[in-house]
Amino acid sequence: MGLAHSQNKVVRWIEYRLPVFAFLDHQLIDYPTPRNLNYWWNMGSLAGIMLMVQIVTGITLAMHYTPHADLAFGSVEHIMRDVNWGWMLRYLHANGGSMFFAVVYIHLFRGLYYGSYKAPREILWWMGVLILLVMMATAFTGYVLPWGQMSFWAATVITNLFTAIPWIGEDLTIWLWGGYSVDQPLLNRFFSLHYLMPFVLVGIVFVHLWALHTHGSNNPLGVDIKRPQDKIPFHPYYTVKDLFGMGVMFFILALFTFFLPNYLGEVINYIPANPLQTPPHIVPEWYFLPFYAILRAVPDKLGGVIAMALAILVLFVLPWLDTSKVRSAKFRPIYKQFFWLFMADCVVLGWVGANPAEGHFILIGRLATIYYFAHFIILMPLIGWFEKPRPLPEHIGEPVLKRGAGGEGSS
Amino acid sequence: MKRLMTDGLAVLATAGLLLWGGSALASGGKTHELEDHDWPHAGVFGTFDRAQLQRGWQVYSEVCAGCHAMEYLAFRNLTAIGFSEDEVMEIAADYDVEDGPDEFGDMFDRSARPSDYFPSPFPNEQAARYSNNGALPPDLSLIIKAREHGLDYTYSLLTGYEDEPPHDFELGDGMSYNPYFAGSQIAMPPPLFEEVVEYEDGTYASVDQMAEDVTVFLNWIAEPEMEMRKSVGLKVLIFLFAFSALFFAIKVKVWKKLH
Repeated sequence: MGLAHSQNKVVRWIEYRLPVFAFLDHQLIDYPTPRNLNYWWNMGSLAGIMLMVQIVTGITLAMHYTPHADLAFGSVEHIMRDVNWGWMLRYLHANGGSMFFAVVYIHLFRGLYYGSYKAPREILWWMGVLILLVMMATAFTGYVLPWGQMSFWAATVITNLFTAIPWIGEDLTIWLWGGYSVDQPLLNRFFSLHYLMPFVLVGIVFVHLWALHTHGSNNPLGVDIKRPQDKIPFHPYYTVKDLFGMGVMFFILALFTFFLPNYLGEVINYIPANPLQTPPHIVPEWYFLPFYAILRAVPDKLGGVIAMALAILVLFVLPWLDTSKVRSAKFRPIYKQFFWLFMADCVVLGWVGANPAEGHFILIGRLATIYYFAHFIILMPLIGWFEKPRPLPEHIGEPVLKRGAGGEGSS
Repeated sequence: MKRLMTDGLAVLATAGLLLWGGSALASGGKTHELEDHDWPHAGVFGTFDRAQLQRGWQVYSEVCAGCHAMEYLAFRNLTAIGFSEDEVMEIAADYDVEDGPDEFGDMFDRSARPSDYFPSPFPNEQAARYSNNGALPPDLSLIIKAREHGLDYTYSLLTGYEDEPPHDFELGDGMSYNPYFAGSQIAMPPPLFEEVVEYEDGTYASVDQMAEDVTVFLNWIAEPEMEMRKSVGLKVLIFLFAFSALFFAIKVKVWKKLH
C-alpha cells in the first residue's frame, strides 16, 4: 500500500505522466532496510539535513553579505546587528558547519567500524570520501568570507601551500590569488566557490544515495540479508527514528547557536583582517586539526602537503587495503582493538594540531602521523590476513530472536 | 551496542580531557592570571542591567571615547539600553559629524542625529598613532568578543595597572606597566581614577565599579542580541526537547510491533 496506488485523481493524473509517487514509494516509503540498524546509522540522514540547513541559512546570509575586502567584515556585523534574525542565521550557519562535520565524521567512523566500504559498496564509499573533500573545500572558503584576522591568515597559510608544487607552484598560486597576495580577488572568488560547492555536494549526495539504494544499507552484523523478514520498510520505522535523531541533533546545535555561539570560533576573527600583522598562533577550525597536524609533522613543505592529501586519498583504496572478508568489527576481535586505537590516534592528531609546533608536540605529531598511515597501509592488510574472525550469524534476525528469549542480543 | 556506546563515551571523554589539557597548556604563556570576576549578566537567564549599561555608556563616552572609536554603535542603538528617543536625540546633538557635499560641493559639519554612527576620535590610523605614542587604540565595538575571556580580560586590564614595575623590568618611554597586557607594558595610561566620572544615578564611581560598568557596556555593544538570543534559545531548547521526547515515544511504540 503506497502513494502510487492512491485513488486520488490528482495523484493518478501526475503519476501517469511522471511516476514521482512510485519513486517515493520505492526510495522512501517501502524501501527495504535491515531491521537491526543501530543509532550510529542515523548520521547519514542527519548529514543530509545539515546540508539543507547550511544551504538555506547560507543563501539568506548571502543576500546581506558583501564580498569585498573593505566591506566584508562590516557586512557581517551588519548581519549581526541590523538584519532581522541575522545573528541567528549567522550563528546557525557557523555552528552548523561544525555540526555537519561532527555527524559526517561519526558517519565515517561508523563505516570504518562496520566495514561499510566493502563489496559491493566501494563506489558508495568513494562518493562519501568525495563528499568529505568537497565539504572541506566549502568549509575553508566559507571561513575566509568574514575577512577577520584568522580568515585572512588561514587563507594565506593554506593557499601558500600551493607554492610547494614543483615547477608550476609559484605561478599556480598567483593564478589562485588573482594577484600577488591574498586580497580582494581571492575573497571574491572564494565567495563564488563557497556558493557553488554546496550544490555540487547535493549532486554527489544524490549519487551516494543512488549507490546506497542499489544494494541497501550495511548493518551492524555486516552479513548480507537473505530473508524477507529481516527487512522492514523505511517508513514508518526509520522515518520516526530519524526524526527523533533530528530532534537530538537540533537540540545540540541550538545549545551552541544560542548559548555558546563563539565557543568553537577563534576570538581574533573578530578583528578585521590586517595583512601587516601576523597573529602569533594560526589554527584552523577543530575539524581540520588532525590534518593540520599531519601537514606540520613532515619537515618538508611539499612532503607535508602530500601527506595531508594522502591522509584523505588513502580512504579511496581502503576497500582493497582491508583484506578481511568479514565486514563488521563485531566479529573481528583484533581489528576492533585497532579501530579504537586509530580513533585515539585521530584525537591525538587533533590535539597536536591545536598546539604550536614546538617541544614535545613535534615528536608526538610525527609518531601519530606515522601511526595514522601505518593503520591503513600496514595494519589493515595484515590484520585481515592473520585475524581469525568469530563465527558469523546466518541471518540478521537471529540476535533479535535471542533478545526475545531474554539475552542482550546486539552487543 | 551498549558496549560500543560506553567505549565511544570513554574515547570522547579522553578526547575532551586531552583538548582541555591542550588549551590549558597553550594559554600557559600568558603574563598574568585573569581576575575571575562574577558577571551579573552571565548565565542562561542573565540579562543586562539597564542602569549599569547607562553608567557604562557614561564611562565610555567621558573616558574611553577620547581615543577609542566604536564603529558599529549608532546613536539610535542607545534606546536599547534604556534611553528614550528624546534622550538619544539630545545625546546625539552633542556630537558633530561630517556631512555633504552641499550645493557648493563642500563638506560641512552638523550636529549628529540618532541615525548617525558614533564619530571616530581620529580621522585615520596615522592620526590616531601620532596622538598615542605610536600605538593604535583599538575600536571597541567588538573588543569583548575579540579577546580570549573578553570580560575578565577587559576588567583585569582596566583595574590591573601597577604604579611601579618590578625592578628588573624595563619600561618603555611613555608606557605604563600592566601585567595583564601582552608584554606587560601598554601605551594606554591608566584611564580610571576614583570619581573620574560623576555618575548621574549617584552610584559611587570607584575604579572597580567603573571598570565593571564599562566592561558590561562593551559586552552589550559586542553582543547587542544577547538577551534576545538567550530568551529565544530557551524556547527553542524546550521545543526541541519536547519534539525529541515525542518522537522517541512514537519510535518506541512503532517499533514494538516488530518484536
